[in-house]
Amino acid sequence: MADKILMKGNEAIAAAAIKAGCMHYFGYPITPQTEIAAYMAKVMPKIGGTFLQAESEIAAINMVYGVASAGKRVMTSSSSPGVSLKGEGISYLAGSDLPALVVNVQRGGPGLGGIQPSQSDYFQSTRGGGHGDYHMIVLAPASVQEMAELTVKGFELADKYRVTSMVLADGTMGQMMEPVSIEDLEVKPAPEKPWATTGTQMAREHNIVNSLSLVPEELEQLNFERYDRYKVIEENETLYEEYKVDDADIVIAAFGIAARVSKNAVDEARKLGIKVGLIRPITLWPFPKAPFKKAAEHAKAFISVELNMGQMIEDVQLAIESKCPVTLCNRAGGMIPDPEQVLNSIKEVNGGIA
Amino acid sequence: MNYKRLTILCGHYGSGKTNIAVNMALDLRSQRDNVAIADLDIVNPYFRSKDSEDEFREHDIRLICSEFASSNVDLPSMPADLYSITDDKSLSVIMDIGGDDRGAYALGRLRDMILAEDDYEMLMVVNKFRPLTPDAPSVIEVMREIEAACGIPFTGIVNNSNLADETSAEDVLGSRKFAEEVCELSGLPLVLTTVNEKLYDALKDKMSPLFSLKLQKKPI
Repeated sequence: MADKILMKGNEAIAAAAIKAGCMHYFGYPITPQTEIAAYMAKVMPKIGGTFLQAESEIAAINMVYGVASAGKRVMTSSSSPGVSLKGEGISYLAGSDLPALVVNVQRGGPGLGGIQPSQSDYFQSTRGGGHGDYHMIVLAPASVQEMAELTVKGFELADKYRVTSMVLADGTMGQMMEPVSIEDLEVKPAPEKPWATTGTQMAREHNIVNSLSLVPEELEQLNFERYDRYKVIEENETLYEEYKVDDADIVIAAFGIAARVSKNAVDEARKLGIKVGLIRPITLWPFPKAPFKKAAEHAKAFISVELNMGQMIEDVQLAIESKCPVTLCNRAGGMIPDPEQVLNSIKEVNGGIA
Repeated sequence: MNYKRLTILCGHYGSGKTNIAVNMALDLRSQRDNVAIADLDIVNPYFRSKDSEDEFREHDIRLICSEFASSNVDLPSMPADLYSITDDKSLSVIMDIGGDDRGAYALGRLRDMILAEDDYEMLMVVNKFRPLTPDAPSVIEVMREIEAACGIPFTGIVNNSNLADETSAEDVLGSRKFAEEVCELSGLPLVLTTVNEKLYDALKDKMSPLFSLKLQKKPI
């Protein structure tokens, strides 16, 4: 195994992207993700890549559109308010079926909000954010090593399905430092992209990358085809982690940093004899419905632990088809629940079902 | 450790400057009265000396720090009492400078006074396990950028090589060669090797001078 290095989550994303063959980065600084741009600014010029600090988030996402059209792996990164600005460009990427990676290291909102960690862009990421019918593949890391691994995964899935992938982290994941291995990351080579606008060499028809459709029937057909592709993604690409779920009466749903906090609470509750487990969705879209549905066969209650006012809780309710109650355990505005708060929530719910 | 009036800690961001600064301030306070820690980070709004405010108050250590540190106000701001560092010669100060050359620009404002008084030590904090400073030449590159930004030459090296909670005694011992190469290339002495307090006993007879760190961690 290769030597480990000590990295911030943000740096791990940048290093993993380069390892995945991304040679083009466009961004605009915003706390708490600026280390991604800082790393790219230092490294890209040394390896013949592109680092460009655009004049705005909107410019950056449209530069991503350009490189993606040319068939190269490309990314941008920002934090919540900046991702809102990118919304239009993300919709255009979807409308043009372009593969790209967008990183959102979330901070408290709405509006300018604050610079402390948050998960309040769950709806924006999983439901759209930009306009129109579309989905992004949304990946939620819970460690610095996963920041790296899911960055690579994001590029691979984007290329495989011609969609935009989003790594949805939070300020804690971006800023925290943990040992990580970048050298050992496995990267599959990018597939051929016969649709890319790489020049015809007078040997083929023109490729056109475009999100404008003049004929409504054709636009409808494009939407149908895109959603057929989304269906394949939903069937094949869900990722999740289960922890002590098999015999659980209470199942916690939590992703990212909330899952780390919840895991500690699960261990503490088990010491008290409460049968509690954790399902950690790693893909937020597609949402891993199957493990929730299965857990609902024996669980009596669910708790959704989130750093927002309750967003993923709706997907949990849908996945278990409202078979049992789902309680929200949350902090908002940049605050993080501690294991004690989650434990208290477990005890309360346990009292209700005993 | 023997301290000059001003001890300035610089380095690559994430190299461990703030943890070392907090521990040095406590160590210095055990030797002297009238001690201050100055947090001059204009780059990172997180992981600031200010996070240890209560401990400083308890030990009667003055904190010179922007009132916006560790808040939602993400401004590159200087403390209002910045010039106490150079004006009040009765004060002994540990200075925690922001990462890389960008952070060191803030220090440049005090350059003329610091060089004229000439009672300072400026230490480069290095960690061989950080991604952009894995070898001596890359460290020297960052050192030259910092010196160009602040206009003050380094006087020594602090080897803080670590992998956070996964650091073993062997990791620290193995970083000796790296630290020696940095010293040789820069022509500066190795002033300290810093280790987590948990590793201190295992290493105290093998490395000298060794400085034990009690880590400042943000509770989650």
